[in-house]
Amino acid sequence: MKKKVVCMLLAATMVAGTLAGCGDKTGGDKPADKQGDTSAPSDVSADEGKVINIYSFNDEVRNRIQLVYPEIQETSKDGTVSTLKDGTEIHWIINPNQDGVYQDKLDEALMAQADASADDKVDIFAAETDYVVKYTDADSDVAMPLTDLGINPDSDLADQFDFTKTVACDANGVQRATSWQACPGVLVYRRDIAKDVFGTDDPEKIAEKTKDWDTMKAAAEELKGKGYYTFSCYTDTFRTYGNSIAEPWVAPGTTTVKVDQKLMDWVKDSKEWKDAGYFDPAVKGQWNADWFNAMGSKSKVFAFLFPAWGIDTQVKPNWDGEDGSWAVTSAPLAYNWGGTFLVAANGTDNPQHVKDILLAMTANTDNLVKISKETSDFTNGKTAMADAAKDDSYASDFLGGQNPYTYFTPSADTIKMAPLSAYDQGCVELIQNAFQDYLEGKVDFDKAKSNFETAIKERYPEITEVQWPE
Amino acid sequence: MFMKPKRKKVNYSKWGYIFILPFFLSFFIFSLIPLVDTIRYSFYEYYRSGIKEIGPNFIGMFNYTELLKSDMLKYAGNTLILWLIGFIPQIVIALLLASWFVDIRLKIRGQQFFKVVIYLPNLIMASAFAMLFFTLFSNKGPINSILLSAGLISTPVDFMGSVFGTRSLIGSMNFLMWFGNTTIMLMAAIMGISPDVFEASEIDGCNSRQRFFKITLPLIRPILAYTLITSVIGGLQMFDVPQILTNGQGNPDRTSMTLIMFLNSHLKSKNYGMAGALSVYLFIVSGILCFIVYRITNGKDSDY
Repeated sequence: MKKKVVCMLLAATMVAGTLAGCGDKTGGDKPADKQGDTSAPSDVSADEGKVINIYSFNDEVRNRIQLVYPEIQETSKDGTVSTLKDGTEIHWIINPNQDGVYQDKLDEALMAQADASADDKVDIFAAETDYVVKYTDADSDVAMPLTDLGINPDSDLADQFDFTKTVACDANGVQRATSWQACPGVLVYRRDIAKDVFGTDDPEKIAEKTKDWDTMKAAAEELKGKGYYTFSCYTDTFRTYGNSIAEPWVAPGTTTVKVDQKLMDWVKDSKEWKDAGYFDPAVKGQWNADWFNAMGSKSKVFAFLFPAWGIDTQVKPNWDGEDGSWAVTSAPLAYNWGGTFLVAANGTDNPQHVKDILLAMTANTDNLVKISKETSDFTNGKTAMADAAKDDSYASDFLGGQNPYTYFTPSADTIKMAPLSAYDQGCVELIQNAFQDYLEGKVDFDKAKSNFETAIKERYPEITEVQWPE
Repeated sequence: MFMKPKRKKVNYSKWGYIFILPFFLSFFIFSLIPLVDTIRYSFYEYYRSGIKEIGPNFIGMFNYTELLKSDMLKYAGNTLILWLIGFIPQIVIALLLASWFVDIRLKIRGQQFFKVVIYLPNLIMASAFAMLFFTLFSNKGPINSILLSAGLISTPVDFMGSVFGTRSLIGSMNFLMWFGNTTIMLMAAIMGISPDVFEASEIDGCNSRQRFFKITLPLIRPILAYTLITSVIGGLQMFDVPQILTNGQGNPDRTSMTLIMFLNSHLKSKNYGMAGALSVYLFIVSGILCFIVYRITNGKDSDY
């Protein structure tokens, strides 16, 4: 009998041990003390720390800061440490964005910020538009208001595009982040297909065909007649709808997700376009192999909707034909997609350096021009970009000698950025996913709605209700 | 001997305890404490909203009742189906291969080579394997290209767009990864059977089918039970293959969402309370399953 009890016990511990894989994640971290030391940052004159920790999700931020921050003397070969002329070190802490790794690590660091030793404190971190609001939130107070650093947004950042400043403000209108980038979206199209179907590849002529959705639909029919697809898939058009919503997904202080009419329009139009055969049926969603393939020379896809970074980091590496095969023109709707913000972390021990870096990166016109020239970013300076639109030295070989800024800049001027909420990332991802099943004909419309409700409540436990437009 | 009477009393068992101490120490720190914490937090409201921590607030059984109201049972069904799709061919093929390999009369050449080859898929990381299948079977992937150019199909097959396609892909991946492992284990079990029994059966005029069902199968039952238990536990925890193949969403319409994927989607918001409750459910279910399997396989021992 005793033996049997021992056996069962052993079996139980075995099960427990094998299942503990799930438990490990659960037990690890205790709630960190969140009371940040708010007195430190205001004391700008105090001695600066020896180490500046910069958190980011790829080397984008490092490369640009190295490019424009004159104090940097040298950077170690592995790119983890840069030394400034005064001996201060910048430590680059890079974690990939995939699967939320970056945000996980950053969250841990920020929550331990108050107890961390001066050299371990986060000083600057990068945040993408999709989740910048999570960090600029006034209550959590992890991002330092720019005025506390000694940056006056009204004068120092006067030349930035207004929508990039609005986005970086908390609910009280205090700006807590700043970006060197603006991301006006344009339509990138294949010149050879344009010639074949419309008889011309002149961006101005093509712009006539893409000026709004109704005209675009007529063009799509022409493209279909010749066996081409207008866009690769329904998610390509999502940002033109989803980034021009009137109300935020979740209004501050509430726990209700309000789905905007614009998104229902997206579903309706996408269904119509999909059934009409204007999308490539083989592509399902973005950021997968089929989608990348659609940018290749064998693809029958006419156009993509992308901001400047998309042309540089997506179309260019996936295109296997000759340079000069693509061109840009205006999209049916002006919209902004993406963009990286720099945030000064509350509790930083290097406020003076942080201020210098933020100003050098986002407020200095010469530096912005330099970034644009070196990295093809559309930078956040109205004058610089207006000049670029007229300057032929910005012409791109990849775009067949076209200067894309002639289309970026006017687009940036008219952007009305959708109001953000801390839930945007999940809402965007999950609504695309839920309605993909509907658009692919796997579930009916109501099932897609309820799938979205389930998924969003799973992702954000505090969400209590989802409201759909009438 | 009579010179050192004291040495007789030396107690070597002390060393035994010292040698197993590291295991128990790490087990307590890395397994037991998190395990207890998991159970404790399952009674709390404890998650993160943005970077604000909510809780832990004691809410009793709320997480448990909430989970029962959710689609948890549907995901449990998915997990079971996915496991069965992989396990049934796995055990059948493994039994077949094992009995062929050890059958002296078949004299299969290059046994070692085959053993290595069938074990190889297990060495690949499950997530890498899933990535590979994802690419192979994507709409513009090589499998579709081959089928298209061979003229077998006219439009690309959307493997991952259909319930049947996704589930069979996951099932066949699990099968491919684990049948080699099971084969080798079963071979060891069959080789453990005394050859006398086989010889005797042959003299008595047993045919190979009778030999398999009347001798081999009953005698390897303990190992079969072990395979079943480990596979059930592995199946309950099925995660990486469907997670990677469906991008964490269990598409289409969440029909390939397993229990651990469901748990993982709670961990996106660091919802330790809800995830803990789900883990406790899983713990209970695997406990019950283990108990049943244990009873079934050991119940008839008294018959011998």
